[in-house]
Amino acid sequence: MDIKDIIKPENLVYDKSKVQIDTIMHYCPGCSHGVVHKILSELIEEMDIQEKTIGIAPVGCAVFAYNYIDIDWQEAAHGRAPAVATGVVRLNPDKFVFAYQGDGDLASIGAAEILHACNRGENLLVVFINNATYGMTGGQMAPTTLNGMVTSTTPGGRNIDLNGYPMKITELIAQLPGTSYVTRQAVHTAGAVRKCKRSLKKGIQNVLDKKGTSFVEVVSTCSSGWKMTPVDANNWMAENMIPYYPLGDMKDSVKGGPVSEN
Amino acid sequence: MAKVRGAVVVDKEGCKGCGICVDACPQDVLALNKDVNSRGYHYSYMENPDACIGCSNCGVVCPDTCITIYRVKI
Ligand SMILES: Cc1ncc(C[n+]2csc(CCOP(=O)(O)OP(=O)(O)O)c2C)c(N)n1
Ligand code: SF4
Ligand code: SF4
Repeated sequence: MDIKDIIKPENLVYDKSKVQIDTIMHYCPGCSHGVVHKILSELIEEMDIQEKTIGIAPVGCAVFAYNYIDIDWQEAAHGRAPAVATGVVRLNPDKFVFAYQGDGDLASIGAAEILHACNRGENLLVVFINNATYGMTGGQMAPTTLNGMVTSTTPGGRNIDLNGYPMKITELIAQLPGTSYVTRQAVHTAGAVRKCKRSLKKGIQNVLDKKGTSFVEVVSTCSSGWKMTPVDANNWMAENMIPYYPLGDMKDSVKGGPVSEN
Repeated sequence: MAKVRGAVVVDKEGCKGCGICVDACPQDVLALNKDVNSRGYHYSYMENPDACIGCSNCGVVCPDTCITIYRVKI
């Protein structure tokens, strides 16, 4: 069979979502941010919520997310996306509001804002990209950097005595009764991307059903910060990050419901 | 079981040559081209088109969403 007979509109099975703006993203080759932008765009299209979606962009490499997903956006100061999202959703309770944050943004400078927004059970989705580093500023140590991991500020590797323990902030958040759904996913394989998409869909649906805060961590790569090829970064992540940050649901309940047993 | 054939179209200019699609393809269809696009990236292409089953794995993992996929039952 000739390729020309396969490449026909009636045989189309996978294409870019119309919600994703047709432009070249600034992200480095292989960056997990791109995969998560793609699946968010697909879900916003499939769930028909483009008109009611408001994203809150972080400081970090995803600061330009508003150039890539065709919805309303508000940019927040570093770490303050959950606080800004709180204001937006309280004034617009019928909108779907999500905060999109990196691990420097969420677990370091914004640690207070995220814990309190989740504790209040604000009706929003948090998408947390954990690439274990500050990507935008050149691969410095983040709270989530693994023990022994080399970064530009820990050239000898993270040292627990000096730098403390890699922070499992999603486990902490699963303890807060304001959350309804807390999960950790990844996007390094096709199977992982499909599962992550199902988790994000559930998080979005929970917000539409006004169930309180849903929180989806995505264990991610930053091949530039890690100084690896994108394929090596995915493999390194599977071997080193996932054992410390295991994938799966930590809480799937309702706001005010029992906290996670983790 | 019906046999399937697939084909992919890579947006050559959007591709950043990360190689993740090459790694994700279960049929070893894709490879990075020796040539580069206008931004200097070795873009992905179907080196072995007859083996494609249209599973969409390459498209699903592509961070830059530059793969469109077609599939037919034969
Ligand atoms: C108040 C303030 N402090 C510091 C910075 C510098 N800064 C910009 S991005 C960033 C870290 C971003 O890391 P992360 O949230 O992990 O996102 P990534 O770039 O890895 O996606 C820092 C410290 C800033 N912009 N504003
Ligand atoms: S520096 Fe890291 S997080 Fe930022 S775009 Fe590049 S790979 Fe992605
Ligand atoms: S995954 Fe996408 S950007 Fe990366 S090489 Fe393949 S087509 Fe190009």
